[in-house]
Amino acid sequence: MISSPLVELAGEFLGLSLLSIGGANAIIPELQLRAVHTLHWMTAADFAQLFALSQAAPGPNVLIVALVGWKVAGVTGAIVAMVAMCGPTSALTYWFTQVWDRFRDAPLRVAIQHGLAPVTVGLILSSGYVLTRTTDHSVPAYAVTGLTVLLVLTTRWHPLWMLAAAAGLGALGLL
Amino acid sequence: MDAPRLPPPAARVTIRELFTQFLVVGMSGFGGVLPFARRMVVERCGWLSEQEFTEVLSLAQFLPGPNIVNVAIIIGRRFQGPVGAMAAAAGLLLLPLVVVLLLATAYVRFAQIDAVRGAADGVSAAASGLVLAMGFRMARTIARSRWQPVVCAVAFVAIGIARFPLLWVLAALVPLAVAIAWWRRA
Repeated sequence: MISSPLVELAGEFLGLSLLSIGGANAIIPELQLRAVHTLHWMTAADFAQLFALSQAAPGPNVLIVALVGWKVAGVTGAIVAMVAMCGPTSALTYWFTQVWDRFRDAPLRVAIQHGLAPVTVGLILSSGYVLTRTTDHSVPAYAVTGLTVLLVLTTRWHPLWMLAAAAGLGALGLL
Repeated sequence: MDAPRLPPPAARVTIRELFTQFLVVGMSGFGGVLPFARRMVVERCGWLSEQEFTEVLSLAQFLPGPNIVNVAIIIGRRFQGPVGAMAAAAGLLLLPLVVVLLLATAYVRFAQIDAVRGAADGVSAAASGLVLAMGFRMARTIARSRWQPVVCAVAFVAIGIARFPLLWVLAALVPLAVAIAWWRRA
């Protein structure tokens, strides 16, 4: 067994990517477990910091994977981790969609889609709920989350304004 | 339920548009970009209808891999084949990757400053709200059905509240939901 950190990163994230049905947020607990307790890549505090950073930086949640790779093996580690996480599953998605489209109007496909839709909505709501529980540690923080929900649903303001305002409140130490 | 649509989409979308629009999505999404992707694809560009986007997202979620990357692959492929898929995924990931690594380098240096940490906490709180709001919006597409809200609630309780392992929940719930949809078709 080769024990190069890059090989280890590639193997771990390839495995994790295949488990990540439901998205990058769904593997966060599993990733934390492996990175901190099983493989001892970093401390729990390090991981929490990387997670906060991936939340505060622009870009998809999956960038936590790049940050973990970066922590382990620098920029090369970040790239290896991202390629392992996104490459094989992207190829699978491409292939599957092609097959899927051929059966576009098949009754089973329609049933699968109608069956999956509510599960999807449930997962997104779960993500929002779990993220809220993880990130909000004070009443004002919960207020920010709640107000954001309200503003998104009732106005057409660009979400970046809400994020900027929340960043400002946080920087002033109000959360 | 709904009339079958033909595969060729109404909109024409170029490879360049796929790259640049997903680049904008990648760079404007904080703490998750799905709400921004939905906004771009459905509201700003009109590439897909609300229901088509939910279908794409369902597929992207059901397949392994980061949802938003799968969304980019599916939408890119739909309009421009393999090159479109790569253009959309590259637009989505490349620049945010560079930015996040630069930020991480800077953060290591400035994490001791309270204001920096506070701002990160603020962004996280609002970003959680964005994800929740997206869930509520998408819930409207299933609200008129009798059984879909029930399945949605079960998924939420199992994953969000009880924190059961995702794989087990999907293995139990997806076949059940598909079976219900099958029985209630026509």
